[in-house]
Amino acid sequence: MSADVQLDRVSIRFGDFTAVKNADLLIGAGEFFSFLGPSGCGKTTILRAVSGFQEPTEGRVLIGGRDMAGVGPNKRPTALIFQNLALFPLMKVWENIAFGLEVRGVPKAERRKRADELLELIALSGQGDKLVSELSGGQKQRVAIARALAVKPEVLLLDEPLSALDLKLRQHMRTELRAIQRQVGVTFIYITHDQGEALTMSDRVAVMSHGEIQQVGSGEAIYRDPKTAFVASFVGENNALRGRVAEISGGYARVETEFGPMRGRAGPGLSAGARAILFVRPEALEPREAAENAISAPVLSSEFEGHATHAFLARQEGKPLVVTRSGGAAGAAPPAPGAAFPVAFDAERGVVLPEGEVASE
Amino acid sequence: MNRLRLPTFGGLGATVGIVFSLLAAFWILMMILLPVSYMADFSFRYDLPPGKIGGPEDVHTLDNYRYLLFGPKGSPETLSILGFEFKANVLHLNVFFKTILAAVLVTIIDFCICYPVTYYMAQKAGGGTARLMAVCLILPFWVNEILRAFAFRILLGTGGVVNTTLMDLGLLSEPIDFIRLDIALYAGLSYAYILLMIFPLYNALESLDRNQIEAARDLGAPTWRIHWRVVMPHAKAGIASGCTMVFMLAVGALAMPQILGGPSNLWFTQVIYDRFNTSLNWPLGAAYAFVLLTTCILFVLLVMRLFRVNLGEIAK
Repeated sequence: MSADVQLDRVSIRFGDFTAVKNADLLIGAGEFFSFLGPSGCGKTTILRAVSGFQEPTEGRVLIGGRDMAGVGPNKRPTALIFQNLALFPLMKVWENIAFGLEVRGVPKAERRKRADELLELIALSGQGDKLVSELSGGQKQRVAIARALAVKPEVLLLDEPLSALDLKLRQHMRTELRAIQRQVGVTFIYITHDQGEALTMSDRVAVMSHGEIQQVGSGEAIYRDPKTAFVASFVGENNALRGRVAEISGGYARVETEFGPMRGRAGPGLSAGARAILFVRPEALEPREAAENAISAPVLSSEFEGHATHAFLARQEGKPLVVTRSGGAAGAAPPAPGAAFPVAFDAERGVVLPEGEVASE
Repeated sequence: MNRLRLPTFGGLGATVGIVFSLLAAFWILMMILLPVSYMADFSFRYDLPPGKIGGPEDVHTLDNYRYLLFGPKGSPETLSILGFEFKANVLHLNVFFKTILAAVLVTIIDFCICYPVTYYMAQKAGGGTARLMAVCLILPFWVNEILRAFAFRILLGTGGVVNTTLMDLGLLSEPIDFIRLDIALYAGLSYAYILLMIFPLYNALESLDRNQIEAARDLGAPTWRIHWRVVMPHAKAGIASGCTMVFMLAVGALAMPQILGGPSNLWFTQVIYDRFNTSLNWPLGAAYAFVLLTTCILFVLLVMRLFRVNLGEIAK
């Protein structure tokens, strides 16, 4: 069983501070949905509103079409996995998993049976009688998932559950989480500030900043077609070229930048004469001469990263321009520092967006 | 195996460590072990006039302990249990068990009051509110115990503030004798040791990760089950430590029962006090005190065993 979750114009305020501004979206039943944003953007507050620990100041939260106003966290068909997992240290592993069943008055023998089934699902068979402290980080992680799944929730809420793990384990758990989600078919709502996690696991991602949902879409759509300057700068690496819009025509906009006029696809809300930012991904910049969208700037430094090489080009102000070449590509090595590096990009691969908040990283 | 290690006092060197360890050993020996063993020896001797002490009659005996159980020789008092008649020191044994029971009751009252208050302080209240609450709890204890006891007498006496207020409000037609009913005594004792319950409980509850509570709630647990399965097991050592201290001090209280006890109610410490100071029978008083001490220690150990707490945890 899984249920859809609807945020109906939800706003949450703490005193003067607005944590969530008018969030309005529908998360489909069985969907793997992520909220992505820097810390303090309000994503955890949204999660708490869905789980019932926080009542919205305005608007409604609906789960399976049912208004959740006044329904406490212990009465909602949701289960939450905490950032620090919050396993019960004084209970055995199986007791942890079966706690939700104990609460529901399930007899002990049946609880144990169900816990063992779940231990099998998370590949921890036979570890039920251990204490939580005897498990490794990844195992604890899986126990937390099993504990949440034991109550057969319709929606599983995950609050950055992988952030405490090391990189290798984190990447492994991504695949595992996705597999578990497919297997149980429950709606997953995932909170993270790690775009890698959000993009690899989710069906759809909502990018948030300062309490506002900036854009909702598949990972690919968000990466390729950012709708705001924040999304363009927060998701993936991006070069930002600031300037004034000279002309908009046929879905493309020309911007006067420090490197001269540049053309890119026109994003929403642009108007001629207004300030805008042209975003171009490091991998979209190719070392070639061109008549249009050509840049030539001296190399400051370069980094070899195995699968790719990054070159940093000098700019009049701001962060250097990054050019990324696939490590295997012929002639991937950039010129030596100091030498000019002529690069160009297709107008189709640049995006012009109205000037706005840019993620600082 | 754990080897005995001297504390090093942050690298100040073995000398300082040895000096402090010796000081602690001196303290334990001179202030605790010696006087207590002196009293223990006392409790096994006859009450002799000064001239005969050290004489041929000054031998060890169980007489004092027998006295507590069976009373003076030739006493007509008997105790009937299951139809059997025993010769017994009914008055003192009665007081003895009543004292222990009353101390248990005081401990339970304190726990019932302190647990919710402390839980609120540790988990719900913000830092400022929690500090304010702590100050409000501590300040009254600047007033000494005797004064507080008399204050309770004034509050709860038949002509006291509580009775007159209730009568003025028309809630009572006749004053309630809180002192005769021992309500004043229980109130006074509970109040006297409340901090000793609050502090260990606060320490234990404060260290509980709030996510644990929310996780339990999220999994569907009602409030009572969250406390029973998550909060109390976490705070077990603190609860044990608080209850032990309150129980031990309540059993050993003297001033409060003296001032607030009803006319018919006697605390066992008063009986002991009387042996020492009124009857001037120190050996008998020592025996009584030892019986009380031993019983209390055994009782506490038994309760700790029942709740599966060990001494090491309490010290944490």
